[in-house]
Amino acid sequence: MAEFLNMNGYGFYIWSAYGAALTIFIALALATLYKSFRLKREQRLLGKD
Amino acid sequence: MFGYANPKRYQQLSRIILALALVFAVIFLGEGLYLALIASPPDYQQSETVRIMYIHVPAAWLSMFIYASMAVAALTLIIWKHTLAGFYIRAAAPIGAAFTAICLITGSLWGQPTWGTWWVWDARLTSVLILFFLYLGVMALGNAYDNPDKSQQASAWLVLIGSINLPIIKFSVEWWNTLHQPASLTSLSRMANPGIHPDMLVPLLVMAGGFLCLFVVLAILRLNNEILSRKIHVMRLRTIHG
Repeated sequence: MAEFLNMNGYGFYIWSAYGAALTIFIALALATLYKSFRLKREQRLLGKD
Repeated sequence: MFGYANPKRYQQLSRIILALALVFAVIFLGEGLYLALIASPPDYQQSETVRIMYIHVPAAWLSMFIYASMAVAALTLIIWKHTLAGFYIRAAAPIGAAFTAICLITGSLWGQPTWGTWWVWDARLTSVLILFFLYLGVMALGNAYDNPDKSQQASAWLVLIGSINLPIIKFSVEWWNTLHQPASLTSLSRMANPGIHPDMLVPLLVMAGGFLCLFVVLAILRLNNEILSRKIHVMRLRTIHG
């Protein structure tokens, strides 16, 4: 396992690259889902008025 | 084709595409990550750092593909004034910016161990950085006016003008002497005989498929948000004007 994580001494570069990609994708997905939730709530509130 | 560009018909169709794209994104990305990180061999020159290629290259392809699709949407908006095309530009721009940011960050992390530098102002890297700024500009213009139609038109014009950057990115490695390597796959001369071993080509294409499906999922979710946002805008106007 340690050998796999070490990636022949290049672990920092490889895992940072995959980590950055994952972080950006998760942030984008969460922002999209949060906006969807917020808009649906706003639509419900406006519908009640 | 314009029948499906009707927001109601689009929403019916999008539910099916969203479900399919989500399933395929999970399958492709799961398989792609296994192949990229475990099954594929290290490169004889670049050693394990070649594994960065499996996210860097698909992100670069997607960043250009998304901008090209936005340029088509911009043309559709300007010529036929189709509202859904404007929604698409607003929905796709942040996703394109995300893929371009991933391309730039992973490229930098790949450049340090292979080139000995995080960044160099060569034509390929600089033109991709300009693409990233173009995405940010489109996002900013999309929110610049109180009138959403005016914002859509301004964004569409910026997308169209900025599309001149796409051939510059593509051919930068041929037109100028760059540190970045030439295309191994996406040039016509290399299509039949790609300069990459199948053990590396397969994970690369599987990851590209996963990224494409992920883009479809995010684009549909964001497009639905844009349509709902416009509905709310109309509801608010009706409330104000009685």
